[in-house]
Amino acid sequence: MNVTVTEVPAGRLPARAAALLDAGHRLALTAAHEDPDGSLRVVYLFTLAASGDSPDRRAELHVRLDPSDPVVPSLAHLSFPAGRFEREMRDLYGIVPADHPLPHRLVRHHHWPRGWYPMRADAGPPPEFGDPEGPYPFMEVGGAGVYEIPVGPVHAGMIEPGHFRFSVVGESILKLKARLWFVHKGLEKLFEGRLPVDALPLAERVSGDTAVGHALAFCLAVEDAAGVRVSPGAQRARALLLELERLYNHVTDLGALCNDVGHSILNAQFGRVREQLLRLNAATTGHRLLRGGVVPGGALLLAVPDAAALRALAADVAELVDLALGHTVVLDRFTGTAPLPLDAARDLGTLGYVARASGLDVDARRDHPITDLRPALAVATRTSGDVLARFQVRAEEIAASVALVTDLAYGMSPGLTSYWPPLSAPGERASGIGVAEGWRGTIVHRVELAADGTLSRTKIVDPSFFNWPALPVALTGAIVPDFPLVNKSFNLSYAGNDL
Amino acid sequence: MTAAGIVGATAQVLLVGAGSPLLVGLMRQVRARMEGRAGPGVWQPWRDLRKLLRKEAIAPDGTGPVFRLAPLVLAGTALVAAAVVPIVTTASPLDGSADLFAVTALLALGTVALALAGLDTATAFGGMGASREVVVLALVEPTILMSVFALSARVGSTDLGAIVTSTLHRPELVVSPVSLLAAVALAVVVIAETGRLPVDNPSTHLELTMIHEAMVLEYAGPDLALVEWASAMRLTVLLGLFANLFAPWGIAGASLVMLPVAVVVFALKVALLGGTLAAGEVFMAKLRMFRVPELLAGSFVMAVLAVAASYFLV
Repeated sequence: MNVTVTEVPAGRLPARAAALLDAGHRLALTAAHEDPDGSLRVVYLFTLAASGDSPDRRAELHVRLDPSDPVVPSLAHLSFPAGRFEREMRDLYGIVPADHPLPHRLVRHHHWPRGWYPMRADAGPPPEFGDPEGPYPFMEVGGAGVYEIPVGPVHAGMIEPGHFRFSVVGESILKLKARLWFVHKGLEKLFEGRLPVDALPLAERVSGDTAVGHALAFCLAVEDAAGVRVSPGAQRARALLLELERLYNHVTDLGALCNDVGHSILNAQFGRVREQLLRLNAATTGHRLLRGGVVPGGALLLAVPDAAALRALAADVAELVDLALGHTVVLDRFTGTAPLPLDAARDLGTLGYVARASGLDVDARRDHPITDLRPALAVATRTSGDVLARFQVRAEEIAASVALVTDLAYGMSPGLTSYWPPLSAPGERASGIGVAEGWRGTIVHRVELAADGTLSRTKIVDPSFFNWPALPVALTGAIVPDFPLVNKSFNLSYAGNDL
Repeated sequence: MTAAGIVGATAQVLLVGAGSPLLVGLMRQVRARMEGRAGPGVWQPWRDLRKLLRKEAIAPDGTGPVFRLAPLVLAGTALVAAAVVPIVTTASPLDGSADLFAVTALLALGTVALALAGLDTATAFGGMGASREVVVLALVEPTILMSVFALSARVGSTDLGAIVTSTLHRPELVVSPVSLLAAVALAVVVIAETGRLPVDNPSTHLELTMIHEAMVLEYAGPDLALVEWASAMRLTVLLGLFANLFAPWGIAGASLVMLPVAVVVFALKVALLGGTLAAGEVFMAKLRMFRVPELLAGSFVMAVLAVAASYFLV
């Protein structure tokens, strides 16, 4: 791996970060650490996409902080995601970003006691609800006829909890504020002290629909830390599982988008295809949601999926997509609804199909490859950034995924391939990075292993963390009845965001 | 007032009251089957009503009499409309006192009561649903009046029984331009008024897109049962009125003997219409909210043309 690690004094951090960002890097992850000696350390991970013959690069900036006065200079003016990482860090570790332009809490809910920072080693078990940090009011939009619609956190459908506060005049949305972290489980803390093999089930459950994506990013990170090289064949099996996950999720989304405009017959038909894909998943890994397929050091396939069957399903999907977009009312509902401009998509650091629908050509399968997928890999992009674009990008990715699976399955044989555990324990503290293109977008995990091989810190970044702020931006000027459709077109994970 | 009329009116109320949940069940079943699903069967709405009726009544804090009375008003107006509208008999004893305008006003009264109840809950959804419902109502009511008015012009009376009887005597009028224009206009507003696709989606769980359902979100238990039942009755009455205005054959006049036949024929007609509506919905999607007024304005133009035609093309 091309990782450069640089220890930076806090004062030099903004200049170094600015230099990396100017050189085309993206801030992929920011994680605070509490070292055994009690000192605090913040790691900023920047990644640079592979291009041509030059492989992808990762650059880490490490900043050591005084535990009695943990203050870092804020990078929020350089990068929007950095500002959100800093707020997360402040809420969980008590590390204060100096001069942050929006120093509100992010993860902390009203009832968390003041001064309790759950990720710190001395945090102990969750205390009783107490001494709240004061009210955190929503910004009120004034003016004649403006009213608020509070929605959630419990919704009518079978979806996860999140609170949305609309400021509306008539039916037009003036402002939307999404407040999340209702399903904050302290997941990263649960990883601590486990052996990687024991932590794998946790990684698979970060977000239920992204079992392969998170398991793969986690395994890559662990292997990177332990210095394990996985055979190309096993990497290809993992890439295949990743595509199977993308397939069933994208098919579900296409059906749900049709359902949200009241065209439920296509939802029923997409549901039929989804069920066949889930059965294929069960035959491939023994689990309908593909758990257990990716293991540390390799992959486990019970069977290799039949490419011909997948191609038949892809033909079905293509026909259903044509039916959907041939329906004038469906097309009208999709077209021009909640466009996310390219500038906003880039500034917010969006990932996955949300970014690609707005014309941002990012895909970790190409930018941070675990195996060479060319020439079958085609990255679908659109420029309009509306619901239609997000629908079409998904539809194209389904076709591309089936082509990839056909390619990958050729000559593949089932069975377990694993290079775990490593022949020698690391013996010293080691860190590793895993990057995988889950179906929602680029997933990044960074792990640190203790000398005994257990995990001392795991930082998980689901693409939803980057994409959630894009939803209110896209909805500017939209109307309230279109919100569920737009929300579904983003289909962000609450669990993956809240951790 | 004849004995047959009284028996007929009673039969109408019983038929609509007992049959309307079955009509809803039938429509859902048709949709389910056409989408390739098994469906819960036509009795499901009745099972749902039974379940709801066994629950305790709960009203949200801060709601007043408006919230509590609205389901009763809604169900009451629907029942009265069921007694008045020529469904199985044209000789209803209430027919003389309740003409076209009274029926439209009755149905509007129920809608307004529900909209007020939505506002009374003081929740964002209640207000949102009420505001949307009233927008639809304001566009629907004139169209209903105009289209039935077009049909009444040739009879010289706004009495619904008289309009139906005249169509019985002169069946060729059904295919006149007036009838056809009025039928299209009325079909659109019936769809809008009963909250079907493409105006509203009766099966959605997405609270932000709802019209009718958003108003009644706070109802539970027996109150919700009443609202659901009344909504089904309104659907049945409107479909029945539509059927009998344009295809009145089989309806009983002042004859007792014809009543059972009329009941069966009416059930068949409404089942056919409901089934067609449900089948049509399968191929439809929900319009963008701001497109709904365009659709309703279009139907209003049809109704105006029907009125104009009724004077020029006699």
